[in-house]
Amino acid sequence: MGNADAGAVLNRVTWGGTSSAYRQVKAIGIDQYIEQQLHPGDDRLPPSVQAQIGSLTISQRPVDQLVLELEERRKQLDSIANDDDRSSARQAYQEELNRLAKEAATRSLLRDLYSRNQLREQMTWFWMNHFSIHQGKHNLRAMVGDYEEHAIRPHALGKFRELLQATVRHPAMLRYLDNEHNAANHINENYARELMELHTLGVDGGYTQKDVQELARILTGVGVNLGSGTPKVRRELQGQYVRRGLFEFNPNRHDYGDKVLLGQVVHGRGLAEIDEAIDRLSRHPATARFISRKIASFFVGDQPPAALVQRMSDTFLRTDGDIAATLAALFAAPEFRQSLGREFKDPVHYVVSAVRLAYDEKPILNAAPMIGWLHRMGEPLYGRQTPDGYPLAAAAWDSSGQMATRFEIGKAIGSGSAGLFKAEGAQDRPAFPQLANPYFYEALQKTLGAPTLQALAQATSPQEWNTFLLSAPEFMYR
Amino acid sequence: MRRRELLKWMGALPLASVSGRLLAAPAAPAKLLVVFLRGGYDAASLLVPTASDFYYESRPSIAIARPSNDLHSAIALSGDWGLHPALRESIFSLYMQGQAAFIPFAGTDDLSRSHFETQDSIELGQGSASHRDFRSGFLNRLAGVLTGSMPVSFTDQLPLVFQGEVQVPNTALRHIGKPALDARQSDVIASMYKNTPIGRQVDEGFAMRNEVARQMAGEMDAANRSAISAKGFEAEARRVARLMRDKYNIGFVDVGGWDTHVGQGGASGYLAGRFDELGRGLLALAQEMGPDWRNTVVVVMSEFGRTFRENGNRGTDHGHGSVFWVLGGSVRGGTVAGEQIRVNAASLFQNRDYPVLNEYRAVLAGLFERMYGLALTQLGRVFPGVRPRQLDLV
Repeated sequence: MGNADAGAVLNRVTWGGTSSAYRQVKAIGIDQYIEQQLHPGDDRLPPSVQAQIGSLTISQRPVDQLVLELEERRKQLDSIANDDDRSSARQAYQEELNRLAKEAATRSLLRDLYSRNQLREQMTWFWMNHFSIHQGKHNLRAMVGDYEEHAIRPHALGKFRELLQATVRHPAMLRYLDNEHNAANHINENYARELMELHTLGVDGGYTQKDVQELARILTGVGVNLGSGTPKVRRELQGQYVRRGLFEFNPNRHDYGDKVLLGQVVHGRGLAEIDEAIDRLSRHPATARFISRKIASFFVGDQPPAALVQRMSDTFLRTDGDIAATLAALFAAPEFRQSLGREFKDPVHYVVSAVRLAYDEKPILNAAPMIGWLHRMGEPLYGRQTPDGYPLAAAAWDSSGQMATRFEIGKAIGSGSAGLFKAEGAQDRPAFPQLANPYFYEALQKTLGAPTLQALAQATSPQEWNTFLLSAPEFMYR
Repeated sequence: MRRRELLKWMGALPLASVSGRLLAAPAAPAKLLVVFLRGGYDAASLLVPTASDFYYESRPSIAIARPSNDLHSAIALSGDWGLHPALRESIFSLYMQGQAAFIPFAGTDDLSRSHFETQDSIELGQGSASHRDFRSGFLNRLAGVLTGSMPVSFTDQLPLVFQGEVQVPNTALRHIGKPALDARQSDVIASMYKNTPIGRQVDEGFAMRNEVARQMAGEMDAANRSAISAKGFEAEARRVARLMRDKYNIGFVDVGGWDTHVGQGGASGYLAGRFDELGRGLLALAQEMGPDWRNTVVVVMSEFGRTFRENGNRGTDHGHGSVFWVLGGSVRGGTVAGEQIRVNAASLFQNRDYPVLNEYRAVLAGLFERMYGLALTQLGRVFPGVRPRQLDLV
């Protein structure tokens, strides 16, 4: 195993190479490292990072409690008689939602930066993007942290069926794609369509407009209850009523007729229909292909070789949608090794890898600058307006405007600590970025071409040297 | 429309109706801006089929009332069509000056009713039969056949419509500041990219950054202009106009937020707010273009229309045919153009949506033919295999 090889694998399997991760790979070898990443242990973080996360409201209070309380507050807004009072109360309500969303983004970035289970964190981002929701809708800012932490992350390397099921049962998704409004004789197709097009089969997956309508009927009654009360349900259906946290299945709103989904009858009988539909969709060969291809694009580049996608797809079907097994097939493939160092980083990879390289295990105290940079580059966490998620192809992120912005962010990170060590209400504890570190000298430097080495030699200060390194073409790829 | 307001807006528009009908075929410096409404906007709320009883039956809670003295009713454009009242002071004033036209039943043959699939296929403009080349959008091909084209995308990513052989710079106009890197630093960074596949992008990015910085310095100086107070799309549209006016001649900008499955509203409400903001922005753009508005054509389009009947949540689901808009100082507007059909239950496509009678590539090819005096072989490179359709709007 050459040093550059170990560095290249590290740079792909993690959110970006660091000296400490590099030491770890060198100690146990690439294969063992990948094996550990595929089957991670607990999510142990450095104690001070764990303490930062532990102090967040979203870590301390369950989502249903948090949302119900905010919902109560929202309802009371209209009853405030005085205009000024009402408007400042409304503003405070909005600020609280913003704060909760920022907490979620902070927790997510802290894990990306410092978790030992780097692959799980990458896959968590991948699935958050695949099952994308936009925090701007309604009060989703209060739910998005829970969505990531409890619907997505636990299943990020598990079974696809369980992952899908968790998204179908999460209030954030049901709200984002309007299924909370989908009821018998008041059909709303939005979720049903995206569930097949974006989440499972893919647009060429062989479903029809009729299938969309039938799946929408199956999904009727599945929604969100943000109140303290429960609806009155007809006596013969009372046993069917389900409420778990904010999730609700309301039989009154369900279409109990039989449906035909993808050529097979689904007998009308309530929530069990949805499980049947999830089974059918998650185990469909079109889903295996669609998901495998998307994972391959994420890990080997825009046009993954068909043979590789086929092998992954076969594994996916054989293992009943085991994500880790599908990834193992990918990492074992010669196509994976050949692609190393050639995949263009999207903004999240760029920003996180730059901060990881600059500070390694030294915990940042404020993620706000990173959140801002991602916003400037058009890829904020939970900020994709449409349910398709951000594009993964290089062409989406290597345009002229993107590059100009990226260099400016490279300069911000390279020149100093850019506010990353200024905790709210506290003194800034500036920390100079250490890009000239053991990982650089042992692995990264060997990958740099002559023009980059010449540019680095022209730097007139350590700040500028850092800026040039973070702006180098070699640092744009992983 | 209140006459006083109309005069006010007309006064604000430079050289508008005077030159309106004089230019038959604008010469080379013609400017084109494509505004893409992502999300499939509800065209039946924009251009209301006021003659159709079926429209009012199909939309018990979101229909726009027939034209009347009520300011919340549709504005009559003809016996068959009315305009959404939120556009009274913006787009309707352009329409009255002959600078705006609408093309109903417009769109693509793509039937997936998927936002993403349909946006992709429209931006590529390659037709449904051919194998798709995702590195070739129709505006890039147009820039390729024109001499002296200066394309630009006002987006933070380069959209599919501009992917291709011609190098197209892009910039988001929402978050911009002073360039952080000095000239020497920019040169050193550019030197690292000289022989890489993205070397040209990097050079173009630095150049664009400087251009935008110059523009923004001007914006700060113009302290008492509305540019400072304008928000959202209006502020963006003024910046678009200044860059188009001074440097670029083929532009693209997209506006999101049109996917209204729930509570889209009628004469007022969510969608009305979106129309209001869009209309104000486009009017501001017309003003900011100054004399160049005469040579400018703005096409507003979307991936599809929505279901004709409202759904169970006072919204609409994904449909098919849409309404395109054509605006410009020399546009032969004041008309609802293209092939049309009576709007009733029998004329709906798949008993659900507006049919597409005016295929977008043929319509755009017809526009480009007149705007640039393009030959059929040149048009064939922009839209392979398409016969241009002349609607005589320019």
